[in-house]
Amino acid sequence: MSEHKRIEGIAAPLLIDNLDTDQIMPKQFLRTITKEGLDRGALFDLRFHPDGGTKPDFVLNRPEYKDARILVGGANFGCGSSREHAVWGLQQLGVEAVIAPSFGEIFFSNALNNRLLLIVLEQEQIALLLQASALNGHRLLIDLEQMQLSCGSLAFPFTLAERHRKMIVEGLDMVGATLQLLPEIVAFEKRHAAASPWARVLPMDEGNHGQIA
Amino acid sequence: MPPRTLYKKLVDSHTVAVLDEQHVLLYADLHIMNEYTSPQAFSSLRAARRGVLRPRQQLAVVSHIILTHPVSVAQRVILDPASALQASNLKRNCREFGIKLFDTNHEQQGIEHIIAPEHGWIRPGMVVLCGDSHTTTYGALGALGFGVGTSEVEHILATQTLVYRLAQDLRIRVDGVLPVGTSVKDLILLIIARVGAQGARGYAVEFAGSTIAALSAEARMTLCNMAVEAGARAALIRPDQTTYDYIREKAQDLGEQDFAQALGDWRQLYSDEGAVFAVEHVFAAQEVAPFVTWGTSPDQAIAVNALIPDPLLAGDAHAAAATAQALQYMGLSAGSAIAGLPIDRVFIGSCTNGRIEDLRIAAAIVKGQQVAPAVRAMVVPGSGAVRRQAEQEGLAAIFIAAGFEWRQPGCSMCLAMNDDVLAPGERCASTTNRNFEGRQGRGGRTHLMSPAMAAAAALSGCISDVRTLEKQHV
Repeated sequence: MSEHKRIEGIAAPLLIDNLDTDQIMPKQFLRTITKEGLDRGALFDLRFHPDGGTKPDFVLNRPEYKDARILVGGANFGCGSSREHAVWGLQQLGVEAVIAPSFGEIFFSNALNNRLLLIVLEQEQIALLLQASALNGHRLLIDLEQMQLSCGSLAFPFTLAERHRKMIVEGLDMVGATLQLLPEIVAFEKRHAAASPWARVLPMDEGNHGQIA
Repeated sequence: MPPRTLYKKLVDSHTVAVLDEQHVLLYADLHIMNEYTSPQAFSSLRAARRGVLRPRQQLAVVSHIILTHPVSVAQRVILDPASALQASNLKRNCREFGIKLFDTNHEQQGIEHIIAPEHGWIRPGMVVLCGDSHTTTYGALGALGFGVGTSEVEHILATQTLVYRLAQDLRIRVDGVLPVGTSVKDLILLIIARVGAQGARGYAVEFAGSTIAALSAEARMTLCNMAVEAGARAALIRPDQTTYDYIREKAQDLGEQDFAQALGDWRQLYSDEGAVFAVEHVFAAQEVAPFVTWGTSPDQAIAVNALIPDPLLAGDAHAAAATAQALQYMGLSAGSAIAGLPIDRVFIGSCTNGRIEDLRIAAAIVKGQQVAPAVRAMVVPGSGAVRRQAEQEGLAAIFIAAGFEWRQPGCSMCLAMNDDVLAPGERCASTTNRNFEGRQGRGGRTHLMSPAMAAAAALSGCISDVRTLEKQHV
């Protein structure tokens, strides 16, 4: 079974409702033009004291959760700013999946575009899952073929749009896929420009597709 | 055709292809970029040896990292090496791909959500995307605008489209006249407090009703700007005469004949009679009072004369813990009054409240008064044009005479990516959109409020009911 069809590992509870992306990736780590080094910034204020010292009580700093691959979050996880750095940072911390009752809208798309698996489960199911995992070394198993989340004998089915499942499992080149539809895009543009000329607010280019040689 | 909502009409008119039951390929008329959510998109584009499909439908601004020191624009030099690299990198990307850039020293420079409407580039019926969550602002003019991530920025650059997950329709009706001393900022804080930080998650919100119809174009921008704080994917207001007049004034490139044709199209942009909304909320304008946030989420807001809530009364254990955590971070105790709370800083600006109308409201309160001695107060106009207009109207002189710092435009202390930052423990009366933990600086404490309330806080040195302040001075 391929890596992306199965995620098995330690799940860390981070049960904060409305955990915004400012907290997941604070501003000082956004002054970058690459994706590198964001592991340091992920959940920074929760993980570290202002002097840089580690907060020993924070879940990801506790020895039993050190190698967590799954986060179990609160409602509206990843709300707020559109910064995709939040997703990159979590992944660089080793997180491969987040389970929560709901997710912020832009974060949801950002996560899937980077193959960070997001699973929506009811609050009660999450509570049961955490109880079970506590007895099982905090380990969970996510099976993307069975679309099932389990811990020992406890198992919950979950749903994921087929498009999203494929994105996670196969890692689609979204831009490449859309570029296959370029003739449709160009045809749409012609119709649209004729029907709504007022929507061209900056002068249109002269058909130069800006391709670098 | 069955009755459609305004949202559905906008999606339909920009659908290039239906991908599955939940997703369409959505065409973007305009794409706006900033320096911090676009660099990795350009890098990925280059790595894949792809180009920008429609460079002339892209606009780029340096907004978040820019310094706002009260020197001339020409003297603005970004000293922080990482920020300077972001600015020069954006310049390089724009030059290489032929994209229009409002650079650091450009006289039109400012915040994307202020610049784009003030040039008349946001029009009813358009789809406008930007790597910034407050792109919902453009719904104020009847355009479908929403924030995207960096991967999506790359997708738009290469294809001028977005793989778009459809939202459901939610309508928020507000009828009646806003009470004296309140503004649209108080209204949106009330709405977010009532529906919750995720109450509109998964929805495109249409604001309707007589209160909304009476709002100016700029006030509507404040409303739609903050809809994202209730989780909304987009916010919309039906275009009307107010919208047309605003665009007529701003859109220099639109000739008489173009405008007449556009009007014909724009008049079709409304939710049809019988169009179905999955959810509807109704509010009365009379319910609105000056609102202030007490916590660390925009939905943790109360009327200025109310008491700070008690975690024990917060419903379930989960909510109680969140309330207790917010109170601890904010250094507040349950059951105490929010009015009278001393503040250290005042920030008037941001894409929520950095427009000329906001500055007029604040200046009217400040006029002839002095900022309280212990307070450091700053006004950061949303754009170069707003700044110049405020200077011409004498607003800048009022702020300066009162002891405010009159600064250069930018996002500034809304998210504190530049050097306008709260120190740990500092308490700020802020006209911005987010009071998240650490948002305006680690350990900083943000109270969101209207420009009028922020002005009142600056004068009195504490959170104050602007209505009583006005009475004292009349």
